[in-house]
Amino acid sequence: MTIAETVETQTQDIKPPVTHVGILGWMRGNLFNGALNSILTIVTMYLLWKVVPPLIRWAFIDSVWHTTGKACRHAAGACWSVVWDNVRFILFGFYPFDSQWRPLAAMLLLFGLLFYSQNRKHWKKHLIYVWILGLFVMGLLMKGGLFGLSSVESTKWSGLPLTLLLSIFGLTAAYPLGVILALGRRSKLPTMRWLSIVYIEMIRGVPLISLLFMSAIIFPLFLPEGITINKILRAQIAIILFTAAYIAEVVRGGLQAMSRGQYEAAESMGLNYFQTMRLIILPQALKIVIPPTVSILISAFKDTSLVVIIALWDLLKTTQSVLANPEWMGFSPEAYIFVALLYFAGCFSMSGYSRKLERELSAGEQQ
Amino acid sequence: MKEKQPEKIPFWLDPRKRAIIYQIAVFCVVGLILYYLVSNTIVNLKKQSIATGFGFLHKESSFEIGESLIPYSAASTYGRALLVGALNTLKVSFIGIVVTLVLGTIVGIARLSTNWLVSKLAGIFIEVMQDIPVLLQLFFWYAIFYESLPSPRQALSPISGLILSNRGIAFAVPAANPAHKYMILFFLVACALSYFLRRWARRRQEKTGKYFPTFRVSIALIIGFPLVIWLIFGAPTKMDVPKLVGFNFKGGLTFSPEFVALLLGLALYTSAFVAEVVRAGIQSVSRGQREAAMAIGLRPSLVLNLVILPQALRVIIPPLTSQMLNLTKNSSLAIAIGFPDFVSVANTCINQTGESIEGVALIMALYLIFSLSTSAFMNWYNKKAALVER
Repeated sequence: MTIAETVETQTQDIKPPVTHVGILGWMRGNLFNGALNSILTIVTMYLLWKVVPPLIRWAFIDSVWHTTGKACRHAAGACWSVVWDNVRFILFGFYPFDSQWRPLAAMLLLFGLLFYSQNRKHWKKHLIYVWILGLFVMGLLMKGGLFGLSSVESTKWSGLPLTLLLSIFGLTAAYPLGVILALGRRSKLPTMRWLSIVYIEMIRGVPLISLLFMSAIIFPLFLPEGITINKILRAQIAIILFTAAYIAEVVRGGLQAMSRGQYEAAESMGLNYFQTMRLIILPQALKIVIPPTVSILISAFKDTSLVVIIALWDLLKTTQSVLANPEWMGFSPEAYIFVALLYFAGCFSMSGYSRKLERELSAGEQQ
Repeated sequence: MKEKQPEKIPFWLDPRKRAIIYQIAVFCVVGLILYYLVSNTIVNLKKQSIATGFGFLHKESSFEIGESLIPYSAASTYGRALLVGALNTLKVSFIGIVVTLVLGTIVGIARLSTNWLVSKLAGIFIEVMQDIPVLLQLFFWYAIFYESLPSPRQALSPISGLILSNRGIAFAVPAANPAHKYMILFFLVACALSYFLRRWARRRQEKTGKYFPTFRVSIALIIGFPLVIWLIFGAPTKMDVPKLVGFNFKGGLTFSPEFVALLLGLALYTSAFVAEVVRAGIQSVSRGQREAAMAIGLRPSLVLNLVILPQALRVIIPPLTSQMLNLTKNSSLAIAIGFPDFVSVANTCINQTGESIEGVALIMALYLIFSLSTSAFMNWYNKKAALVER
């Protein structure tokens, strides 16, 4: 054996101690590093062991899935039948039973569009046309009345489509309004500035519920006699007015982050105010604030659930009306968990997307 | 010639004049819209013969309110009913804020723990709570209380003195004793003393560099003063234990299921956001700060007190206050589960009197007062805490 071989075998033989690699090493580093952490781990494990197995037992092992309400009462675990038996009412509400493929198709189209637009490579002008076309097709599917689709009154729109409608249109309409308000707040003209400040601070100071009350009770008084506006649309206006104030604050953050040089450069090129904003400032400022805008979208999506208080038939209200049925009374936790999962799926994917976008955008900045 | 040059510019090309024209135009448009809405409203109100004005506040309300901090009956006025509602809003917000701060701080610190399990659990908690609408959470907790807990007769009692039933949570509290008044008084005195002590210690340390253990002395004062009073009064230990009388609990302290569900929902939801704020604040203090503080020989408690916290708090406090404000605003969702907060009481008033504009205006005014006073505090704090750069 040459010296070189000896050295080689020795280096191969010497391995890190078993307590520093593999699962043991990981556990040592992450769970039992120090006395306090070891105690914390043991206590947490004990609590998890106390809580998780019974919960799994309740939710999966002892649960029933396809029974009547009566049979449910004898089950030891969760009664998921309350969801499966009523899933079409929970999701689509009063939409005519035979036509419920239409809201389903509209929602699938919406998800498809969202999925398509999440890729930044597709952020080009054609995307706007794709969306306009998509929204038109969705509206057609929901409303009907053309191409042999039977017409469905908007008062019958309920459940998940209504929730999505309120949040999507709420945000798309609130966005331009919010940008205008943000520009107004940063404006040098005192009238514009003060009107914007008063609006933004007033709206942000009151809860959404007070605006929804206003839309439900007071708004009809604002209109001249003979003109009535559909309840859904009124709630939609309230949500738009509310969301716009929050978007305005986010956009203002982006405007403030722009350096003075950008304004001065634009001015020295002879651009007027509108050109400066449209061509120089807004494209940059709005890009910075994409992540916080997504979190506004998330809270707008969550906030649509408040329309239940003014008795609009959104996802939460259809669920509640199922639970008011004597057959299914008392199974609220199961039904609410189902609705919570839907909301969670929506919000979680949006917040995950926002994080991904933040990484990509900040990576782009560094290059 | 030179003097006349400005006159050549037509007024629509002069930025200053143009600005005035724009402003007048916007002002007129907004004014016209407002005028249109108001005039329509006046016509409609007349046509539907709805009373206007705040006169209804002095009329008899003739409805009951489930829980109240002040004496109230159906014979009281609407004004008093609204006051009850406002106090209930304050009560749930105040307790909610305290619970949220404690829970949020714990979760935020747990998120940063080097313990993988604890950190992941905190992460899951934050994500789940943030992604479920608070209203849904309220319904969920209310359903748990109302449907899953037994009736008072079969009430659960996990530990003696605590009773869980679908009528709410009942606690045993120390029986009323004259000592309590003095204990509270001396507790407040001790708080005030600690405040002055802290100021004095700061000033002395800046002057002489001598360190005074403010924290430990304050804790001793705050616990010691009431304890001494308690001992002077002969250490009364009699407890007021809730007992089942008829269908409800008498004695002790009872929280209604509506209140507990509201508190639980608001606190859990907001604490997830507070946890993120706390985490971001602590992470904002760079590692070097801690290492430098340790290098100059400060003890760990002093590192935290003098170096980390003052810098972290500057980042934490502004978003924290807005979360507290959010909690207060979200407490308006109480109406959905039937807790008589301000919005809920105002809604009942609207339904009874038909004076919807006044009712909604009152709701908005109350919350505007909250938020404006919060932002006044924020401005004061920002000025005080602004980084003094040298």
